[in-house]
Amino acid sequence: MKNRVLFQQEFEIQGGDFVNAGESSCKIRNTLREIGINSDIIRRIAIAAYEAEMNVVMYAQHGTMKINVYQDNILLIIDDKGPGIENIELAMKPGFSTATEEMREMGFGAGMGLPNIKKNSDVFQITSKVGQGTSLEIKILLNGKNG
Amino acid sequence: MILSQIRELLNAELVSEQEAHSIDIKFAKASDLMSDVLAFSQPFSDRNTLLITGLTNKQVVRTCEIAGIGAIVFVRGKNPSAETIELAQQCNIPLLTTKLKMYEVCGILYTNGVSGASTYGDEEKRNEK
Repeated sequence: MKNRVLFQQEFEIQGGDFVNAGESSCKIRNTLREIGINSDIIRRIAIAAYEAEMNVVMYAQHGTMKINVYQDNILLIIDDKGPGIENIELAMKPGFSTATEEMREMGFGAGMGLPNIKKNSDVFQITSKVGQGTSLEIKILLNGKNG
Repeated sequence: MILSQIRELLNAELVSEQEAHSIDIKFAKASDLMSDVLAFSQPFSDRNTLLITGLTNKQVVRTCEIAGIGAIVFVRGKNPSAETIELAQQCNIPLLTTKLKMYEVCGILYTNGVSGASTYGDEEKRNEK
């Protein structure tokens, strides 16, 4: 069974919680290390997860991050309840950002988040509804381009 | 270069409790933008990279943990908060602070043989040949 989930974990992300931002991604990183996933794959997943988690913290009210480990890929799904993204094409452009001064002071909001997630994914999907929220699906193949 | 040597070169203080002599730094990157640190992180993460930054919040430590960066030096005499230090201790990432400016720190480390992170992999490639 190729599509059987070997491992699954879910995290809640609180919008505006800058103190704990990144904790879930660090947990994911540590868990994947324990399962024995290749370190380069772990780095890519951790970066994608962290950028996505920061986006929820910075822009949304609330979100969930799910990780599913399959035989041949790892799937990260991030859903948030928030303002959504009006123009996804623009949001994907490196350097484009709607971040506040507070976010920038933390070293984020430089308009590299979504491009960075895409760069580390083998398959990347984003859907968004203005006024409702944004969903990301990030797939990284275990025998993919850099693995 | 061992982290304790870097500490001497930069006249830096160790602000967390890790042992600075146990970490061998080969590469460094300097940035106040954490997304850039993540975007240009190396394909391997064996903690031999140093981050030079003027940001002192917890996200800096998280970014280093995610990107597999081994140690942090804060420039311009900045001191991290107790929260940042606590997280760094949990993640086992030593923190240094120096009064020198970012440009000076880069210059000193570069002339003393610490390479830019973009040269990462060159050594492995040479060894493969």
